[in-house]
Amino acid sequence: MDPNPKRPKTVDRVDSVEVVNSSESTQLLCSIDPNRKRAKTVDRVDSAESTQFPDEVLERVLSLIDSHKDRSSVSLVCKDWYNAERWSRRHVFIGNCYSVSPEIVAARFPRIRSVTIKGKPRFSDFNLVPEDWGADIYPWLSVFALAYPFLEELRLKRMAVSDESLEFLATKFCNFKALSLLSCDGFSTDGLKAIATHCKNLTELDIQENGIDDLGGHWLSCFPETLTSLEVLNFASLNSEVSFDALEKLVSRCKSLKVLKVNRNISLDQLQKLLSHCPQLMELGTGAFTQELISGPVTEFKNMFSNCRNLITLSGLWDATPLYLPVIYPACARLTFLNLSYATLRSDELANLLSHCKSLRRLWLLDTVGDKGLEAVGSCCPFLEELRVFPAHPFDQQIFLGVTESGFVSVSRGCPRLRYVLYFCRQMTNAAVAAIAKNCPDFTHFRLCIMNPGQPDYLTKEPMDEAFGSIVKTCTKLQRLAISGLLTDRTFEYIGKYSKNLETLSVAFAGSSDLGMEYVLQGCPKLRKLEIRDCPFGNAALLSGLTKYESMRSLWMSACNVSMNACRALAKEKPRLNVEVIRDEDGADDSQAHKVYVYRTVAGPRRDAPPFVLTL
Amino acid sequence: MATEDDQYGLEITELRLGWPSGDGEKKDKKREFRDIVGGGEEVDGGGKNRNMEVVVGWPPVCSYRKKTIVKMYVKVSMDGAPFLRKIDINGFKGYSDFVIALGNLFGIGDEGEYIPIYEDKNGDWMLVGFVPWEMFTETCKRLRMKKKVSLDGGLRTKNLMRKTEN
Repeated sequence: MDPNPKRPKTVDRVDSVEVVNSSESTQLLCSIDPNRKRAKTVDRVDSAESTQFPDEVLERVLSLIDSHKDRSSVSLVCKDWYNAERWSRRHVFIGNCYSVSPEIVAARFPRIRSVTIKGKPRFSDFNLVPEDWGADIYPWLSVFALAYPFLEELRLKRMAVSDESLEFLATKFCNFKALSLLSCDGFSTDGLKAIATHCKNLTELDIQENGIDDLGGHWLSCFPETLTSLEVLNFASLNSEVSFDALEKLVSRCKSLKVLKVNRNISLDQLQKLLSHCPQLMELGTGAFTQELISGPVTEFKNMFSNCRNLITLSGLWDATPLYLPVIYPACARLTFLNLSYATLRSDELANLLSHCKSLRRLWLLDTVGDKGLEAVGSCCPFLEELRVFPAHPFDQQIFLGVTESGFVSVSRGCPRLRYVLYFCRQMTNAAVAAIAKNCPDFTHFRLCIMNPGQPDYLTKEPMDEAFGSIVKTCTKLQRLAISGLLTDRTFEYIGKYSKNLETLSVAFAGSSDLGMEYVLQGCPKLRKLEIRDCPFGNAALLSGLTKYESMRSLWMSACNVSMNACRALAKEKPRLNVEVIRDEDGADDSQAHKVYVYRTVAGPRRDAPPFVLTL
Repeated sequence: MATEDDQYGLEITELRLGWPSGDGEKKDKKREFRDIVGGGEEVDGGGKNRNMEVVVGWPPVCSYRKKTIVKMYVKVSMDGAPFLRKIDINGFKGYSDFVIALGNLFGIGDEGEYIPIYEDKNGDWMLVGFVPWEMFTETCKRLRMKKKVSLDGGLRTKNLMRKTEN
């Protein structure tokens, strides 16, 4: 059994050892061969002296390349390489479902086994995109059913997935193995029933943070008793109770289970039973980490984790209290990723826990831990590479708790290897961020969210321009940046001038004029995604990016100062871009474009656009 | 919306649908932050939230996380009931379940005797059900089940309600 489900075994045409030894491969080869159409290339016919590899060897070599960026480069070398690459590709990544059509994908890549597709613009996570906007997976599945009947993996993010689509997937793809749905919507637990019932070779079912209609936990009982192949099961975000009996039996018979993330309804003693069946687990998401009746509890559970020698990721821990948290201490030394973002821990509770977690690379927290908790992070986790601090009360402006600039600075002092930070706070200073940049020059992802829009440095009352200036000047590897606070055009001048590796930029309530956006579009050579909301950028700014947008994946601008005419002008100049305006429900001012989504595409204008999406 | 009540000089008590704006016109629900702070000029943020209006999708916390962490218990009072109750707004998917649960809280049915109104973050009283659900969960501070009859100018108000329902 392949231990790494992300790399499906390829049916190699040319590995002679496999062909000779495996009659199955030979049979498969015979069935595939007649369908292959190989274009004879001019190169091979012409050059007698050329040191061309035979196609077969080239393909074999290329089949070892996983990175889709590398593969894109390979395909541009020459026609031979383009063909060798497209025949050897097993996984295709589609960053924007409307940038290409399923037909085009199927025509170019005949032997895909694994597909990843992303749909809606990211701001749909924050309710800025109306329902029924699109990104339906069904048209893709109907093409794939013909082109890739042996499809094994499907990973979707922000796509609209119906129960019908899930049933289609489960029944039309006999070899289907891995389904991952992140931030998708439109389906219910009935769709999961279809997957559990029909996918005989299922290795992965990963359901995360979706807008799912939870009709009950019966879907889990639909896994047949013959199913023993499961390696990943994540139903942490589903609310309904599943049958514990069915779950226990499933876990017991799936000997290769590596990832198990249960939902909140699974109690501590149920969890203990589950763990006794799968000591080989590498990633665990617990249920509620508390008990109703206390009767000498901790000793009862203290050996729960002692056999889990492979555990490196721990999450869940809902309602974890100081009484039960010590239960996880035996597993802490080996943990590299600890997700405490659903546990409302205080600083002392966190400090006690972290003193056991010396190997942590990634840590997610709630801001209930406060600056003191973050001090503990700085002192206990020297190898930390990623920190995310989420707000426990994002909408309550009366709250004076949470974390401040001081906590962030403490972490930066103790964790010089920090690369990825997501930090929600209510106050920040330029000096603090400058210190943080100096302590952690290796940032690749810097996402700072000062929760009150347009808030200045709370000590000096100045804009936060210098803060982000210090980040972009010092952190040369920066790929992703999210800015906040009171910001003038100067911030954007810094970003445009210094961020040579920036790929994603998120902007909200910032800037003073069109210049801001222009600086970014004229600088930032590697910019791919630009998402802007509530900024004073207008038509000149939008049009300044005329030559840039085709080298980017997408641009989102909402609640800015852009007119319909400017959008039309952009659309007219650049036929290979889709310029879409999402109409406001009220239709208050028809000459202004309240939400604009611009993206490059080879598929032409959308054919499935709802009435409120205007393609210009 | 109804304007015939102006003659009685009671516009300020008039139950209107919409944002707390000066004119009677129904304003854009998702008001741009720029409109509020005076487009393009620098904001006198300073930590106080005087100018903080309702903003959709800010802070950028995704829906799943919002529902999971934040238990938004708000107080609900009902005209005539001596005690208040609390309800977790985040425990509902939308207005339909929510309104039913509200009714159940006080043991009242669908008779339409009470209108649910809520106080938003600006201290304004608004009719429940007008803004998108997500925005409501982010801005509701407390609720009140208001008996229709108890409003000033009872009969005229009943007519107003009838007009609104049409």
